Amino acid sequence: MLTPLAIELAYWQETIIKGVIGLVAVLLPTGALVYLFLFKMMSFMQSRLGPMETGPYGQLQLLAEFGKFLQKEDIFPAKADRFVFAAAPFVVLVSTFMLVLVLPGGPDATFIDINTGIYFALAVSSVSVIGILMAGWGSASKYSLLGGLRAAGQLIAYELPLVLSVVGVVIMAESLNLSDIVHKQNEFGMWFILPQFIGFFLFLVSVQAELTQPPFDMPQAESELVTGFLTEYSGIRFLLFFIAEFATAAIFSAIGATLFLGGWTIPFVDANAEFMNYIGPLVLAAKMILIAFLIFWFRITYPRFREDQLQRLAWKFMIPLALANIVITAILKVAL
Amino acid sequence: MTTDHITAELDINDNEQLRYIAAQAVDARVNVELETEGMTLNIGPQHPATHGTLRIVAKLDGEQVIKAEPIMGYMHRGYEKLTEVRTYPQVTTLVNRIDWVGSFANEVPFILAAEDLMEVEAPPRAQWIRTALFEMGRIANIMLFLGDMAVQLGGVTAVFYAFRDREFVLNQIESVTGGRFHPNFNRIGGIKDDLPAGWIAETKSVMQKVRDFCDEMEDLVVGNEIFQLRCRGVGVIPAEVGKAYGLSGANLRASGVDWDLRRDGDSRLAWKDLDWKVWTHPDGDSFARYWVRLQETREATYMVEQILDGLPTGPIMAKVPRIIKVPAGESYVQTENPLGVMGYYVISKGELTPFRVKIRTASFSNMSIAPWLLEGVYVPDIATILASLYFILGDIDR
Amino acid sequence: MSADTAEETQEAVETDPVREAIAKAFADHLGEGFIESEIIPGRDLWIRVDRSAWVEAARFAADRLGMTWLDFISAIDWLPSPFGRDMEAEQDWVVHGRDEKPVGEQETGTAGGDSRFQMMLRVYSIGEHQGVTIKADVPDDDLSIPSLLEIFVGANWHEREVWEMFGIDIVGHPDLRALYLPSGFEGNPMRKDYPLVARRVKPWPGIVDVEGMPDDGADDAEKTPVAESEAIES
Repeated sequence: MLTPLAIELAYWQETIIKGVIGLVAVLLPTGALVYLFLFKMMSFMQSRLGPMETGPYGQLQLLAEFGKFLQKEDIFPAKADRFVFAAAPFVVLVSTFMLVLVLPGGPDATFIDINTGIYFALAVSSVSVIGILMAGWGSASKYSLLGGLRAAGQLIAYELPLVLSVVGVVIMAESLNLSDIVHKQNEFGMWFILPQFIGFFLFLVSVQAELTQPPFDMPQAESELVTGFLTEYSGIRFLLFFIAEFATAAIFSAIGATLFLGGWTIPFVDANAEFMNYIGPLVLAAKMILIAFLIFWFRITYPRFREDQLQRLAWKFMIPLALANIVITAILKVAL
Repeated sequence: MTTDHITAELDINDNEQLRYIAAQAVDARVNVELETEGMTLNIGPQHPATHGTLRIVAKLDGEQVIKAEPIMGYMHRGYEKLTEVRTYPQVTTLVNRIDWVGSFANEVPFILAAEDLMEVEAPPRAQWIRTALFEMGRIANIMLFLGDMAVQLGGVTAVFYAFRDREFVLNQIESVTGGRFHPNFNRIGGIKDDLPAGWIAETKSVMQKVRDFCDEMEDLVVGNEIFQLRCRGVGVIPAEVGKAYGLSGANLRASGVDWDLRRDGDSRLAWKDLDWKVWTHPDGDSFARYWVRLQETREATYMVEQILDGLPTGPIMAKVPRIIKVPAGESYVQTENPLGVMGYYVISKGELTPFRVKIRTASFSNMSIAPWLLEGVYVPDIATILASLYFILGDIDR
Repeated sequence: MSADTAEETQEAVETDPVREAIAKAFADHLGEGFIESEIIPGRDLWIRVDRSAWVEAARFAADRLGMTWLDFISAIDWLPSPFGRDMEAEQDWVVHGRDEKPVGEQETGTAGGDSRFQMMLRVYSIGEHQGVTIKADVPDDDLSIPSLLEIFVGANWHEREVWEMFGIDIVGHPDLRALYLPSGFEGNPMRKDYPLVARRVKPWPGIVDVEGMPDDGADDAEKTPVAESEAIES
């Protein structure tokens, strides 16, 4: 991805730079989402102002929150499985950081450009289930355990429609490579959201469930399970979970933008131009914000499902719909 | 004032209910086959679903509740004992704290019981102002429920609207009584002060805001498919069971029992002179309880407006001795409070203090059905059912 | 003693045929178990039954009279408080001496009573909008009363409360545990001879109401109560 800079760098230098960019690529959108949607949009929708004192319109609140979590005591429950308890947030975070790897930000601006990009992304996103189960089990709390098991059941149930909703796009683009999918949309002259609107809808709902956000937040369900698998976490470890949740939201939004909204491309602009490497990430960020807006809008508005209703929705409605979408897409693909 | 401002949409969703029962039965069967082990889950005394210090010990089989037992007393303040060492005017300060979000309504039945024994009757204007504040207390109280129920189901936004608009009502109560939550405004024989200037017009505009809030809740919560999915067929109380447990208020009316003490009970307050409607719902489930309370809030705003339009003139205090000594005797007065029927059994021996006051609170009886209702439901439904029964901890523990 | 509280001034409610009929129905049904009834016309009805007829009275009210709504179950301790008026703390006595109000004779209220403890049951008919308070004496030497659980399932918590607050044993109740009080709590707080400790050790500022104003020139030891007949004009 550093080729446009046209500077020869040693491998270790490149690695460090990539690492820093990766961190920025995860943390910056996360901060943006938390500030824009969780602090401000949620507040305005709930007829209040949100943070206003720290910096202009409370923009520095993020730093204040960060500092607050760092200061807090790192509490381990007495009967916790200490290693599992401590490791769980990192497992979740690893899954988040691996997700960002395959995101293309421009014609050449990629961390890695693998041919099975979308497959890889959906695979590593499931790793977070293990982290959540670890958190649920390791906390030695009944609330956490219930939350962890709910999360496992839910994430597995929604993994399927998530994958199936993407298959339609893959059929149309004839590729699993995310860069190819972006280029294909540009060649089509049409973003995949138009032909694949069912796929987009299923993708959004599944992502919502994957993120365990309302209306699918049973694993956290603060009115029943306190906060589910997060109940016993405090301080920096809670912060890690928090970052992982919102970073995953950001990255899934970006993946959604890549799959359905043309990624980093702008209509009627040459996708292979040199300057797209610099504008591309910004375009992608803008589209990401757009999709994240939808995700957070649902989050703020809806009450949550019950566990059995959620499973029924996944298996009896979304998966058949996704399969029908695939069949129709395939038939049209062959016929046209 | 017409009462058909909202057409009742009562599509009884039997299918939802039957499906739920079938799913529970399947679960139970699977659990027996797999010989799973039960788990005891301690919910509370500090837990978001119990909004207060209620504790529920639930025996779970997976996500299903086998047995649930509420444990109270974390907020028992012994008001029945304390009333025995307070003079009558002082008792209102105490009983204000029983149902702390609808305080004004707590005072009224006690004052009425004391007036019964003293054989004084407050002048009409005092009774009408009492009724107005009573209904405004009800509005403030139930608005909290309307928002809180959505929070219990995971929709956080509604409660902010509830708190925002409830503030207007509390401001109006405060500008008359000087207290937002604990007015302590009733006196034996009347009320402390008359209404301040400009209050009536202001209150009418606030009532319009409350109605707008009710419309908003109808859109945001009642009309929401997930909300209906979560509430319909959950926590069904048959009318006969509800009566035997002593349920009252909206909990009983949601089971189709057409009974409201404002219409059927004590005739001293102004309700009999107003044109209003008692709302009932045939389903008896959590949704019905929410729906009935929503309609009652809207109805109450119309009642307040009627009271303000027809407010009689005259004094606000009857002639009572400066030192209140209540003649010996017994009196029981109950009124339709926001949470249900609240009653005071006052026994006097002709002294400065009551000899004994039995306080019948609505939440105590409303909660006593919880073990019966929670049996066999799923864990998320605990929150739904507890929220829809709507209890205030002070009202259970006293 | 409370017959005089009837509203003589209003002739319209001098008699109350409905409540009289209810009282008569109870009397006819319970026979020997029925002791006394009292009616305040237009307001309320009290029935006093023998302990042996306690369950039968409740069943009759629920099944025959349609009073299926359980209002409350409670008890009364008619013992006059051994702590006087209970308005003064012990440290107040040091200043102006103890209020030597003699502890009066035990007297019972509406519908009478023979014993120290009395059970109270209030049931209500939602259809007829009629309620009745049923009382039953609990003999001092055998503080027990049959449970009403088989008639009203909701009696459970009410009876547990009576049991822990008054120490009246509820015969037939399957689950007599403390409802409010922590386990290991000793005593029955609602009994009159159970001291309210907070009141014993701390002076009560509320007593001010019945004292003279500070600028009346009255000495601390010489309280001048305001005449009771003094009424305020509204």
